[in-house]
Amino acid sequence: MSSQKYIIGTFNDEEPLLEAVKEVRAAGTPIHECYTPFPVHGLDEALGYRRSRLPRAAFMFGVLGFSLALFMQAWMLGYDWPMNIGGKPALAWPDFVPVTFELTVLITALGMVGTYLVASGFLPGNEAKMPDIRCTSHVFCIAIPSNTADYDKIHALLMRHGADEVEEREIEL
Amino acid sequence: MYESPIRRPLITGKTSYAQITDDIATAVEAKPTKWWYIGFIVSLAGLGLWLLTVTYLLVTGVGVWGLNKTVDWGWDITNFVWWVGIGHAGTLISAILLLFRQKWRTAVNRSAEAMTIFAVICAGTYPLLHAGRPWVIYWVFPLPNTYGSLWANFNSPLLWDVFAISTYFTVSLVFWYVGLIPDLATIRDRAEGVRKKIYGLLAFGWNGSAKAWQRFESVSLILAGLATPLVLSVHTIVSMDFATSVIPGWHTTIFPPYFVAGAVFSGFAMVLTLLIIMRKVMRLEAYITLNHIDVMNKIILVTGSIVGSAYITEFFIAWYSAVPFERYAFVNRAFGPYWWAYWAMMTCNVITPQLFWSQKLRRNITAVFIISIFVNIGMWFERFVIIVTSLHRDYLPSSWAMYSPTWVEIGMFVGSLGLFFTLFFLFAKFLPVIAIAEVKSIVKTSAEEHIKKTAEKEGIDIKEVNPQIA
Repeated sequence: MSSQKYIIGTFNDEEPLLEAVKEVRAAGTPIHECYTPFPVHGLDEALGYRRSRLPRAAFMFGVLGFSLALFMQAWMLGYDWPMNIGGKPALAWPDFVPVTFELTVLITALGMVGTYLVASGFLPGNEAKMPDIRCTSHVFCIAIPSNTADYDKIHALLMRHGADEVEEREIEL
Repeated sequence: MYESPIRRPLITGKTSYAQITDDIATAVEAKPTKWWYIGFIVSLAGLGLWLLTVTYLLVTGVGVWGLNKTVDWGWDITNFVWWVGIGHAGTLISAILLLFRQKWRTAVNRSAEAMTIFAVICAGTYPLLHAGRPWVIYWVFPLPNTYGSLWANFNSPLLWDVFAISTYFTVSLVFWYVGLIPDLATIRDRAEGVRKKIYGLLAFGWNGSAKAWQRFESVSLILAGLATPLVLSVHTIVSMDFATSVIPGWHTTIFPPYFVAGAVFSGFAMVLTLLIIMRKVMRLEAYITLNHIDVMNKIILVTGSIVGSAYITEFFIAWYSAVPFERYAFVNRAFGPYWWAYWAMMTCNVITPQLFWSQKLRRNITAVFIISIFVNIGMWFERFVIIVTSLHRDYLPSSWAMYSPTWVEIGMFVGSLGLFFTLFFLFAKFLPVIAIAEVKSIVKTSAEEHIKKTAEKEGIDIKEVNPQIA
């Protein structure tokens, strides 16, 4: 993605940011994204984000892992090479429970985390796209695309909510 | 979120967000202290001993161990179970306590989980070497081969164990790393030059956006939900290695819950041993407070009591079963040639944790440190007692035997401690030992300063409701 002009507001606390986000949204101005040092409770709802679909991905990986594990064991011990162990049934379902469980957990965890990293664009060595590097320490940022916002109005609004600084910059986010 | 002012603080002293970043990141950025070097060199010496004994073992063969035809599981399996058990506290703290919304976990989960990963690595070396030919260890996995294919036997608890331990290791590692990413980004954004490059590579381009945090929380919650049954399953399956056999003293249905409780018990003891040293050496007393130590001691008390009652139940059931072999196995444990191991276990595991009924002792660092060491020792003896005393006198008195370790086994055990501590020292130097972002998220509820403010706002005298703060 190429760079674009954004109005960047910085705060030193999460509550003013949250209030500001609500008001900017109420005024009908679209917000690009917010950047915070830790998960701020209620910020995703205030920004109008839909609930993450990762749980659904996790469930599907779980079903996949469960089926693969059960199929693998049943095929290996029941069909491909059945063993006669004291005349007991080759398809000993209760014995398959532990490995089925472990593989379900393994594939769900790896699949979901993989999905999370790829969907968020977090891969080894990727460049961090953020307006201010202090956002990973103690600064809370809001980024509003300039083309759909009135700079003076937004500036006044953010300052009223206690922003430390508001500026317009051309960056890649 | 509202938090009552009667709650004990989880962060003491000044707590601005910038301050928290500074406090924790400085440990990664500054030159290591003298104590770090001393500890690291001692650990490296241990690691050297481990490499030496393992090399000798591989060159000569498992005959260098003191095992014999009757006692064919000795220190190797004892150490394996001991290390796996220790590895249980980390995931319990980061997963089960996350589901229970226990805020105190934020300060200890990172190091506890690192400890889990290192303990599982140490544990893994034992079955690997016990198998005799580690270079063909991939035979345990169901891989296509030229013998048929002759597949792995999924009816065997030993194979379940392979899957349980490797899944546990992988999921713990992934869980730990997912939590580390935001903190690595924090370090990245403070660093310069080569360090910035390295931490930047490791931080995966984390940017702290609201969407990323939303996904992060979703992933953490699901990983916690997965890791909770996983952590319970691991020691359950380890116990099945014993419980599904027909050895008197092993063949009991109480084993899975009893092993899990014992694992959590020993894991928390090891967490305390490590954290008490770490908070002092790295000056993290404001984050790992006496309140944290207090709650962990309560968990030790609960799990220790479960373990204690399991010992007594086991003994009672052995008598009640009226099976002569079963009865003999237990009488032999307590009064046979290995009586000293049994009573060392009973003293360390049943009596010492009961001292934690006293709040004074729970909050006395020296006492906690000593008791945690006792629990570590006691839990090692538990595994030794279960394994060796059950095996050494089997069904046929002519094959009864005694077992004692050789220097190779002792060297490997001491050496695995070296391996463990080497990894832990490296972790403490190069990675943030406290989850920076997670601690910040509880500042507005659980920091000392905040609790004072809430009390003021409500017109409550803080001295009266929360004497600890005043």
